[in-house]
Amino acid sequence: MKKLLIAAIVIILLTPIGLLAPGSAWGEWGIDEVKNMVGYVPNGMKHFSDTVKALFPDYGIPGFDKNFFQQSIGYIFSAIVGIAVIAIVFFILSKMIGRHEGKNE
Amino acid sequence: MHIPDGYLSPSTCAVMGAAMVPVLAVATKKVNETFDKKDVPTMAIGSAFAFTIMMFNVPIPGGTTAHAVGATLLAIALGPWGASISLTVALLIQSLFFGDGGILALGANSFNMAFVAPFVGYGVYMLLQKLKAGKVISSAIGAYAGINAAALAASIELGLQPVLFHTADGRALYFPYGLSQSIPAMMIAHLTIAGLVEAAVTGLVVYYLIKAGEDNLLYKFTYRLRGENK
Repeated sequence: MKKLLIAAIVIILLTPIGLLAPGSAWGEWGIDEVKNMVGYVPNGMKHFSDTVKALFPDYGIPGFDKNFFQQSIGYIFSAIVGIAVIAIVFFILSKMIGRHEGKNE
Repeated sequence: MHIPDGYLSPSTCAVMGAAMVPVLAVATKKVNETFDKKDVPTMAIGSAFAFTIMMFNVPIPGGTTAHAVGATLLAIALGPWGASISLTVALLIQSLFFGDGGILALGANSFNMAFVAPFVGYGVYMLLQKLKAGKVISSAIGAYAGINAAALAASIELGLQPVLFHTADGRALYFPYGLSQSIPAMMIAHLTIAGLVEAAVTGLVVYYLIKAGEDNLLYKFTYRLRGENK
């Protein structure tokens, strides 16, 4: 269990490596990029693109993304927030799913 | 592979969302049959692992990026149904908090990454196990197949949009590139780079777990599902 925790911390601290890859993933462009590529913004795309404003868009802290250091902090922060929320969700799910203790000892 | 909102028509989103409802219903039933309550935290660890691994963008020649998903690894450790729930939770958090993948597109993204990927990956893994291939190689090849199947599904969903939804003068309403562009673009990225990363991550974790004597984790939950003895 301790080993797993150490591995998890190392993985979280290494996540900013993911920032080094240039460009967006294919098919995950912003509206401006689409406009540059095809010359117009498809109507439906314009209409539905910002249904919900994310709290930490692109795994960054809004306004704190000026350089690689700030982005890295945002990335690590996002990883921790994400994992914490996942833990909360599964805590709630564990009340609803799974058999009660017993036969699997 | 996270399709943003605005890329798929609302009707496509509805169809994909509807497709995920029975998947998650059966997944919940299967998890209720095979997991004890105290095992649920392992699903959380799987979900957290997938969440984190998806942050490691790798560069693809041509200036785009892709990433591993960890779907097959989760399917091997948690069973494909448990993996499906774990991955859906990761995708939900990604879309709600980080704007990675749309909210309306959550059904489509879950279908690709939380259904197609773990099930294809697990199916190939099990097939290779039946053929007496080693666990490490079976898991790596399964992972490669799983992520590529998911990429293919995503590229078809995207590529169908301009065919199905366009204005009278032929302008796309949603995603503008057709199948002839979306399929090669997605598949080249995943067949060459992302698939290999997914295979390597999966194979290495399985290798490490076996080597460290923790391979119990690889079938603790699923031996009941596939009748393997510990």
